[in-house]
Amino acid sequence: MKNEWPLWEVFIRGQHGMSHRHVGSLHAPDAEMAIKNARDVYTRRNEGVSIWVVEAKHIAASSPSDKGPLYEPSASKVYRHPTFFDIPEEVGAM
Amino acid sequence: MYAQMIKTAGTGVKSPEEMTEEERKFQAHVDANEKVEPKDWMPDDYRATLIRQIGQHAHSEIVGQLPEGNWITRAPTLERKAILLAKVQDEAGHGLYLYCAAETLGISRDELTEDLLSGKMKYSSIFNYPTLTWADIGAVGWLVDGAAIMNQVPLQRTSFGPYSRAMIRICKEESFHQRQGYDIMMKMAKGSEAQKRMAQDALNRLWFPSLMMFGPSDKESVHSAQSMAWKIKINTNDELRQKFVDQTVPQVEYLGLTVPDETLSWNEERGHYDFAEPDWGEFFDVLKGNGPCNTDRLSARQEAWAEGKWVRDAMMAHARKKSAAQVAAE
Repeated sequence: MKNEWPLWEVFIRGQHGMSHRHVGSLHAPDAEMAIKNARDVYTRRNEGVSIWVVEAKHIAASSPSDKGPLYEPSASKVYRHPTFFDIPEEVGAM
Repeated sequence: MYAQMIKTAGTGVKSPEEMTEEERKFQAHVDANEKVEPKDWMPDDYRATLIRQIGQHAHSEIVGQLPEGNWITRAPTLERKAILLAKVQDEAGHGLYLYCAAETLGISRDELTEDLLSGKMKYSSIFNYPTLTWADIGAVGWLVDGAAIMNQVPLQRTSFGPYSRAMIRICKEESFHQRQGYDIMMKMAKGSEAQKRMAQDALNRLWFPSLMMFGPSDKESVHSAQSMAWKIKINTNDELRQKFVDQTVPQVEYLGLTVPDETLSWNEERGHYDFAEPDWGEFFDVLKGNGPCNTDRLSARQEAWAEGKWVRDAMMAHARKKSAAQVAAE
């Protein structure tokens, strides 16, 4: 019988108030062991203060072929960036 | 290099006219230094070659624990023991990062493990040499990890995203390995006469096997040209070997040791050292399975896999039982 441990994706929050970030994956029989393994594999040099693990099969991902419809619309909306607007120097910092 | 003699799938670099529309788009993407991610379209040969390369790299990290693990219980001080343990643990971690990168290409962890244990997939030839004395642990960290770094630093820029990210992480950790090795060598080379002899002996035995890590010359190889066009190989084997020799010789001199190569000399015109090629007959023989430790290494891995089976199965059974109980309780 095929008895491979499931794959988990690992997210670590570093020390400087950043959000959890994907660092890699590993195999473990359950969530508890996944956290223990993640601690050994991904935090050997103080990389984090908090670990999230989620079984890889539960992650839904966008498809590469949707790149166009998903992300192209924002390319033309340059006014969403502050640099779009010229504010005269005499107005001061803004 | 931890991946040697990787057979590139396919027939060599295709001209744009020979490529399909998809292949042309893929190559343009790679040429623009953009990363290829697991769900993107990629040529079958690119996928197959990467599985071989990353898989062999991962296997090398795992098997590479064995020659060093051999000295953990005999390290000369508690501090050296703690350092060596940390290094060997890092190697396990590096193997895991790389297995995960390979798995994104559609091969499972168990398949990779089984291909190693059956001998279908290889690991680096260097780990089929024994670590006979404590000085060998110094020489392995300094030379073997040094040669690995030579190869891995450019691979941080490789086209396949998961491989590149694994390399970045590994390179960050690898420099500790080389420095701890050189630190051991400094201690030995500046120690008693007997210690100095041990250091020289370790260098004598590991110099040429370290040069073999880069693999035989591949500058004429069509396979290599294809891997370079795909950016899963960044430099030729000869370039990396030359770089390694140029960097290492002054480190040997600082230790007051001698490179076991009478032909070694500085070539003013080239701006590089001239040096003797390793014995490629020996290299192919070791790859074939006839190195001093091939049988030991593979049987240690087979034993670990077979004897760990009940643990893996029991933990999976426990996890299933627990999750069934949780569902029943809801």
